[in-house]
Amino acid sequence: MSKAQFRTCPETGLQYHKQAEMLIRAHAVVAVVILLIGGIAALLVTLTRWPAIHLLPADRFYQLLTSHGVNMLIFWIISFEIAILYFCSSTLLKCRLATPKIAWLGFILMLAGIVVNNAAVASGTASVMMTSYVPMPANPNFYLGLILFAVGALIGCFVFLGTLVVAKDEKTYEGSIPLVTFGALTACIIAIFTIASGAIVLIPTWLWSLGLINNIDPAMYRVVWWALGHSSQQINVAAHVAVWYAIAAIVFGARPLSEKVSRGAFFLYIAFLQLASAHHLLVDPGLSAEWKIFNTSYAMYLAVLASMVHGLTVPGSIEVAQRSKGFTKGLFEWLRKAPWGNPVFSGMFISLIGFGFIGGISGVVMGTEQINIIIHNTIYVPGHFHATVVIGTTLAFMSLTYFLIPTLFRRQVAFPGLAKWQPYLFGLGMSVFTLAMMGAGTLGVERRHWDMAFTNTALSFDYPASAFTLMGIVGISGVAAILGGAIYILVTVVSVFFGKRVESESSYGFDMTTLSRADPLLVPDGGHEAAGKWGLAAPGTFVLAMFFLVIFVLYYAVNWKYLASVWPMS
Amino acid sequence: MNEHTSSGERPIKIPLMQRVLDNPFILLFIGIFVPAVFYIIWGIMEIVNIPIAP
Repeated sequence: MSKAQFRTCPETGLQYHKQAEMLIRAHAVVAVVILLIGGIAALLVTLTRWPAIHLLPADRFYQLLTSHGVNMLIFWIISFEIAILYFCSSTLLKCRLATPKIAWLGFILMLAGIVVNNAAVASGTASVMMTSYVPMPANPNFYLGLILFAVGALIGCFVFLGTLVVAKDEKTYEGSIPLVTFGALTACIIAIFTIASGAIVLIPTWLWSLGLINNIDPAMYRVVWWALGHSSQQINVAAHVAVWYAIAAIVFGARPLSEKVSRGAFFLYIAFLQLASAHHLLVDPGLSAEWKIFNTSYAMYLAVLASMVHGLTVPGSIEVAQRSKGFTKGLFEWLRKAPWGNPVFSGMFISLIGFGFIGGISGVVMGTEQINIIIHNTIYVPGHFHATVVIGTTLAFMSLTYFLIPTLFRRQVAFPGLAKWQPYLFGLGMSVFTLAMMGAGTLGVERRHWDMAFTNTALSFDYPASAFTLMGIVGISGVAAILGGAIYILVTVVSVFFGKRVESESSYGFDMTTLSRADPLLVPDGGHEAAGKWGLAAPGTFVLAMFFLVIFVLYYAVNWKYLASVWPMS
Repeated sequence: MNEHTSSGERPIKIPLMQRVLDNPFILLFIGIFVPAVFYIIWGIMEIVNIPIAP
């Protein structure tokens, strides 16, 4: 056994390797700072797309949209995810982190990349938005910053894999790795594919921006770039699903309904989730229908199936845990009596519902070549991914933060009253925001245009009045959600830097301690089914799943009906 | 691959799928290979085969 130093959290029993703990803290703090920058940009972008306010001039709008996109979709999310990778490997497997010095090098590269990229965007010479489609040029430092960040994140992924090897070699666990760590492994694998794709497309583009390469083929760029742009959001999906499982275990002592099924679902993510990138290219002329349909409607559905499995098993495991504790009345006492005042749970559950009902269903519609055309490249698209990335991922990460502040940072959560309401304001505000965006997108409102009214343009388009109303709702609900995000940052920063210390006897200075795990839930007489209904262990979850299926089928059918009206045939 | 029970009496055959799921590097290979072939290589081949305008 190494002489690495560990401490055990007396409340949770979690065991932290000192170097891993410092790295987790560093990545989490940087992530929250980036969230603040991206959040300020979000406010200004929202107030510009709100037609009644229309705050910024065009050049500032595109500059801040670029800053918002890159900071939120790349820097905030991946920085937090590297923290999760280290937590799920070193902490959950009770082992030392592999090569901490190299991990710090990765962190420094990520930080340098964030600074270089943000400086380029702030200079006003890189307002190319996150996609940075060629031949639209940006300041070379825009690409360089992304490359540095990607290399740093890639190092983080390999440190995670190395830590799995260390844990197996030093026998800190028996059998298979825990399901939450397996979810993190899934995120890590998708991240490696994503970052490799980013390197393939961004290094030549950087050289092109320096004048060292004459031409980058735009069609080729789009294919490879979306393996970065969309797959980076699939890292999020795997990571936040892992967080759902972790929070179900933390708050309820829940165990997965079936480890095999849940691991099988993560395996489907590993193999197929990244293929969904193709839905961004469904109207690109150079790609065949076979390529488009295989990568979206066929392969992607296997990943959708996996998401539905997780959406069933996470609340199902919570229901079984609650029923085992005696909440057995009716179908939903387990849910009514859940700790809705605990932001760790409430945020996670809103994340799960929002991701499934809004992000998941709209994602399938967008991944179907025929009905995708109704909303392709409209504001429906950011409506969809704000449901998946913001309600799904960001809210899940916020929930986890409320758990990590006491156990990782050893501080009490400041402003507990605000923290209690924060997931509701953020989650529900963002739910209205995404639904209104999707409504406006269905009416054809464009995705990125600074002025939907096309003021003083040669070619104009008259949207129905309802489109302007929906964009007004986007503005109001967006500001509400941003306020929720600001509360999260306030609570987190005050807690971590100025919060009252959690008193404990834990300290560094001993090599290894035993992680005291919560006792597994006792199986009642007759099995978990005895506490359920109709022979089902989780009947309430089954009813919720059927409700989801009905909404899914209805919305899918309505879109086909709507397609028929868009293209009338006689 | 066989693994012995705690009593050491009866070997347990670990199913192939579990062995795959327990090996992060096989999973890494699958997670790179499948999208690289079906999304990137197939997609690039289609772009490359577009005739260049005279």
